[in-house]
Amino acid sequence: MTAMCDMAFLLLTFFMLATKFKAPEVADVTIPASFSKNKLPESDLIVLSVEKSGAVFFGMEGEVDRGKLLDQIASRYKISYTSAEKKEFTRIPEFGTAISDLKPLLRATKSDRGRMQKGIPVDSTNNELKELVKLAKWTNPKAEIAIKADLDLDYPVVETIILTLQELDINKFKFVTSLQAKPE
Amino acid sequence: MAELNTDSGGGRRGGKGRKRNNSASTKIDMTPMVDLAFLLITFFMLTTSFSQPQTMEVNMPDKTDDDRKMEIKESRTMTVILGEEDKVYWYMGYQHPEVQETDFAEQGIRRAVEQKSAILKEDLVVIIKPGKKSKYRNLVDMLDEIHIAKGNVRYSISSVSDRDLELIRNK
Repeated sequence: MTAMCDMAFLLLTFFMLATKFKAPEVADVTIPASFSKNKLPESDLIVLSVEKSGAVFFGMEGEVDRGKLLDQIASRYKISYTSAEKKEFTRIPEFGTAISDLKPLLRATKSDRGRMQKGIPVDSTNNELKELVKLAKWTNPKAEIAIKADLDLDYPVVETIILTLQELDINKFKFVTSLQAKPE
Repeated sequence: MAELNTDSGGGRRGGKGRKRNNSASTKIDMTPMVDLAFLLITFFMLTTSFSQPQTMEVNMPDKTDDDRKMEIKESRTMTVILGEEDKVYWYMGYQHPEVQETDFAEQGIRRAVEQKSAILKEDLVVIIKPGKKSKYRNLVDMLDEIHIAKGNVRYSISSVSDRDLELIRNK
């Protein structure tokens, strides 16, 4: 009994320390599998999630960076955010609304947020994603860009995003994938 | 369920009532504690996610820099067009293309890439053109095939042209 109890607590301690609670992801994305073994960096990262429907979400790692990013957005779009809104923005890992809808989103309750996020506009007349990536790159010039798209997403949406990045002179980026065993 | 087990310390000897209390066993019923411990273990085991997602590096050519455009021999370019429903069309060169249809199976496009790169002395350059009806998954699969294909293979991603669509239609 004592031995089992010791084991149980040892395992318990291990799992408690090893667990890292991730904030629940907003975008519903099933990533494709590949044989690539490069790990996704945990900091200095901008993640562009794309749902199957084509809705684009913008996320940035690091609470400090997110705070700075909101300051940049505030000065670029001449919107002022209260400190409560700013704090809320640092907490959410990603968002998928037009910048004008960001303020209502930060004020909304958690349960309402799901249906408020229809994706960031990426059309050529109003490409807010481009602005966001540009501002995020100013905030953290070291940040790398990862595209986390759903495996059943139609390719033209990916192409739009790649072209947007190329317009910003970003020619190097990553596709987020899950590991699959290599065939021999 | 949880009760202090006090009657086990020398119960049989009897007689000396007072002293028995002093030498009472300190054994505790640990069952509920262990139950709880295992419950928590199960919880943490199920919620832990060790797998950090992988990434695939993609480099695109610089659009603004015309000076660094490379000329590549037609004989060592292979154009791969990703069609709808996981179909793959490919041809070598540019002038007189013989379009072939294949798929992502083991003997599919990877075999074609390996065979073509085996003949060449230089690197094979694969131009991937994902069609309008192809899925993102097809592009990732194609990049994967190139990464695992034996031989020296380079790739670039481009967009599909009207000529390519015409070629597929007339196939």
